[in-house]
Amino acid sequence: MRDAAAILAFALAVLGLAFTTDSGVALTFLTMTLYAALLAQAWNVLGGFGGQFSFGHALFFGTGAYVQAIAQLTFGLNAWLALALAVAAAAMVGALVGALTFRYGLRGSYFALVTLAFAEVFRILAVSVDFTGGGVGLMVPLRESAANMQFGSRRGYLMLALGFVVVALALTAWLRHSRFGARLQAVRDNEDAARAVGVDPFGIKLGAIVLSGGLMGAGGAFYVQVFQYIDPGIAFGPATSVEALVAAIVGGMGTLWGPVLGALVLHVLAETTRNLFGQLPGLNMVIYGTVLVLIVTFLPRGLSGAGRSVRDVFGKRTAASASTTGIAPGRRDD
Amino acid sequence: MTEPLLSLRGVSRAFGGLRAVQDVSLDVAPGTLTALIGPNGAGKTTLFALMSGFLRPDSGSVRFDGRDVTGLAPHLAARAGMTRTFQIVQPFAAQTVRENIAVGAHLHEARRAAALAAATEVAERVGLGGQLDRPAGDLTVAGRKRLELARALATRPKLLLLDEVLAGLNPQEIADMIPVVRGIAAGGVTVLMIEHVMQAVMNLAGHVWVLAQGRLIAQGAPAQVTADPAVIEAYLGHGTAARLRAAVPGGAPAAADAPGAAS
Repeated sequence: MRDAAAILAFALAVLGLAFTTDSGVALTFLTMTLYAALLAQAWNVLGGFGGQFSFGHALFFGTGAYVQAIAQLTFGLNAWLALALAVAAAAMVGALVGALTFRYGLRGSYFALVTLAFAEVFRILAVSVDFTGGGVGLMVPLRESAANMQFGSRRGYLMLALGFVVVALALTAWLRHSRFGARLQAVRDNEDAARAVGVDPFGIKLGAIVLSGGLMGAGGAFYVQVFQYIDPGIAFGPATSVEALVAAIVGGMGTLWGPVLGALVLHVLAETTRNLFGQLPGLNMVIYGTVLVLIVTFLPRGLSGAGRSVRDVFGKRTAASASTTGIAPGRRDD
Repeated sequence: MTEPLLSLRGVSRAFGGLRAVQDVSLDVAPGTLTALIGPNGAGKTTLFALMSGFLRPDSGSVRFDGRDVTGLAPHLAARAGMTRTFQIVQPFAAQTVRENIAVGAHLHEARRAAALAAATEVAERVGLGGQLDRPAGDLTVAGRKRLELARALATRPKLLLLDEVLAGLNPQEIADMIPVVRGIAAGGVTVLMIEHVMQAVMNLAGHVWVLAQGRLIAQGAPAQVTADPAVIEAYLGHGTAARLRAAVPGGAPAAADAPGAAS
């Protein structure tokens, strides 16, 4: 219930911001931050709650993006209907990849590499086949109307992005308070222990990659609606995969608000360095990279876990003395 | 005689050239508290893994609660009512004690609130009631053993396989834990325990199986088994039974202590 209230408050705050400013820069910034938060939250479902680190989430993003474009261009479907298909297709690709990798117990870096490889295979396929428009990509014609999910004002896209983020947050909140979520986190923390108490790791991880893939597919569909264009590099290239996982890791994996916070901080950081050092090409990336390294090194729980990380460092001495006294009596648990 | 709850017939498993478990047959009657003992490396934990589906036997069969569960996946064995614990405790370290136990409770309870309530109740039964909101990673060794027990118990098993829940505990902690295990058995759960702490085996178990080098070498009441020359030799080496008998007329008291000393 507290999560639901917090999500509602968040949505109202964003709406409040959106309707108090008319600055195009501010609205675009908010929209793109929400979009990044959606991708990060999608990754977080599988990576943060499930402990399965994908390096190829662009696979689901690209699937969603292409289905969104092709459904409208080739089959003349309505954009909202296309969105449903895009999410379903991305979820199905998730199921396929999950079935193949989890069936054989791939974990850790092996799983990461296989997802990366799948994304690359899809990228090459998208270049080679006809119905994706090959390397040229696909362009969705501009027909502004809410029925076409194309908005004349930036505010429209912002509300669409906010809608996606609220759904992603609600899904994550559900993970925190449901049997499925408890089992997913149990599998993440200790697969054998989870199996011993009746959890089927294969089914649970499959469910997680389907949900994660579906959300990521929504991100791809959103991209197509905003930019009206998609090509294989944008759809399946590593940039989107990295963007999703970095924001989730920086913000705090396995948390409700970490990915949103991570997306916000990374976007503020990117904008600031670009504005300050834009004249010196590359310097903004150097600073961006350095800050990332510092965050990952010193805040292993991400920004949302910063308080605990800091307490751990400064509380080390007291914790050490407590544990030495704790061993001797040995009956602290009574 | 009632139908056994768990029944092994000719179960064998080899790892390369090492025959870890060879031709083991045993029956666990419902409602009993029994123990599996044996020297280090005898294959006890491997046998548990074969019963609970973590390993598939090369040959032989496992029947549980009237059905063949040979090679059934662990989560299905748990759903059928057989839950094991781990000798090396396996907490979900990042989660609280209550959340850890709730994962077990979720086996039969879909609703989160009900699972958390069940977890609280089970924690009280094993003496973890005061630590429900602590991260599992912060518990002492004794606390983690209780957590391992609680999480398995929360699945409401018919048969609980306890793999050395007393190992690594000090004498006071062992004394505290024995009534907990007895209470579980008294509550109607059939318990089969692997245990090195002979004080506990003698105290708790009605029937004991002895495993050495993958084979069952003896079974019976605890006092009877610990006096068995084959068991003494399995723990202390060839020829020791005869020497012990020569040193102590009557043999039995010294023999009863011997396996405990060996652990």
